[in-house]
Amino acid sequence: MIDAVDYQLIAAVQKGLPIAARPYAVVAERLSLDEQEVIERLSRLKSQGLIKRWGVVVKHRQLGYRANAMIVMNVPDERVAEIGAKVSQQACVNLCYQRPSQGDTWPYNLYCMIHGKSREVVLQQWQELQQVCDLADYAFEVLFSRRCFKQRGALYRHNQAQDVLHG
Amino acid sequence: MDDIDRTIINHLQQGFPICPSPYRQVAETLAISEADLIERLKQLLEQGILSRFGPMYHAEQMGGALTLAALKVPEPRFDEVTEIVNSFPEVAHNYARSHALNMWFVLATEQPEQVQNVIQAIEQQTGLPVYNMPKIQEYYVGLQLDV
Repeated sequence: MIDAVDYQLIAAVQKGLPIAARPYAVVAERLSLDEQEVIERLSRLKSQGLIKRWGVVVKHRQLGYRANAMIVMNVPDERVAEIGAKVSQQACVNLCYQRPSQGDTWPYNLYCMIHGKSREVVLQQWQELQQVCDLADYAFEVLFSRRCFKQRGALYRHNQAQDVLHG
Repeated sequence: MDDIDRTIINHLQQGFPICPSPYRQVAETLAISEADLIERLKQLLEQGILSRFGPMYHAEQMGGALTLAALKVPEPRFDEVTEIVNSFPEVAHNYARSHALNMWFVLATEQPEQVQNVIQAIEQQTGLPVYNMPKIQEYYVGLQLDV
């Protein structure tokens, strides 16, 4: 379980970890805790899975990854798990989710994201992915992003911020 | 940005140690000095190449909810609808995509039941039906962009 101090800690590092030799000591001082307690609590939050990942949040557009494709497929429901597992293992795939289809308007139930430096590269990777994962029989669409209007941490309890991808 | 910066970004996408001197530990792995690592990270943040350096939380485990939703926005109304959708603090990401369903956004809420409220409010304010596509299953991939 997480307690009030955990929430304070989550809020304190929401905008990022201080860039200093002893970053957890800096956080500890702000919260009147000691460094060891901060380290233990954050380690626990990580092992409990509340902290999914600890690292850098890259602005992929700034790094030249301007072609961002959401590829949606209509695969048989009984094979989604198997195909999803296979697709997610391919190096070019950044995210992979099963989502509900919406009748004839939107029959797709499996989503994956490919980020690439150009549309050509992404489409080439998609072709290879179709071959490797045996996807030729399934209807699909490739939705490239045209503009990104918003990419920020989501607001969260106690104003915690959260960086989310296509959760 | 030089090769050392690229190595730093690639390495840090895999995680960051939770220990008293984490930058020193990373610097040793990368065979650079701690001071150099700290200076470079500050620069990368300042230049906006890195947006943030810290933890990413698991929405559902935190008691909240996430969903992906889409709208079919008539092109002449695109800017107006974008403004409405982005005005909701629960909207974390919003992308225009080339498709009849041309606006795709992620909602992140503190409480699971708020998702439906926000969707209803967006439908009311835009007059457009929201297609809600919450995840059923996530397949694990290591998110890593090689730079």
